[in-house]
Amino acid sequence: MTEAATTDPVHKFIAEAVSEHPVVLFMKGVPDQPRCGFSSQVVQILDQLGVDFVGVDVLQSEPLRNGIKTYSDWPTIPQLYVKGEFVGGCDIVREMYQNGELQSFLEQNGVLAQ
Amino acid sequence: MPMPIEELEAALREGFPDAEIQVEDLAGDNDHYRARIVSSAFKGVPRVKQHQLVYAALKGRMGGELHALALETSAPA
Repeated sequence: MTEAATTDPVHKFIAEAVSEHPVVLFMKGVPDQPRCGFSSQVVQILDQLGVDFVGVDVLQSEPLRNGIKTYSDWPTIPQLYVKGEFVGGCDIVREMYQNGELQSFLEQNGVLAQ
Repeated sequence: MPMPIEELEAALREGFPDAEIQVEDLAGDNDHYRARIVSSAFKGVPRVKQHQLVYAALKGRMGGELHALALETSAPA
């Protein structure tokens, strides 16, 4: 996040979304109907772990689709945020899930049911 | 818009001159790649930052010209 984050209205919206909700997934499509394989993989992982998350469909808004990329300094979708912190895209989330790091990270943040 | 594998490899080599780099074209369409990069530049760097370094080396082409690049980054053992 940069200094510009507070002045750009889209960045402001994103900052609010990730502070209001403990787990937010910026994705293509909605959790029940992802519209990209990478978004779908992250939804499946979160569902598998029983994480309660909010999905934000970036396809609904071109400014949002671009804004999330500059907000996170990350060029691709999906993007996972936990407690306001950018965790990663599809590769990182999958890697963390496979080596068990994601489970412990979510537990530490109190967003995973034991 | 696709990117030839040679161009992708060249950009990565330029960004990480000391690295061991393997690039695979996953779908055979010049648009879905996997890159494994082992570079000392990643030593002690968190994973998100490692991937950001790779995207920086691609100078904004990721997400535009290049649709999918699965990344595996690590520092030499």
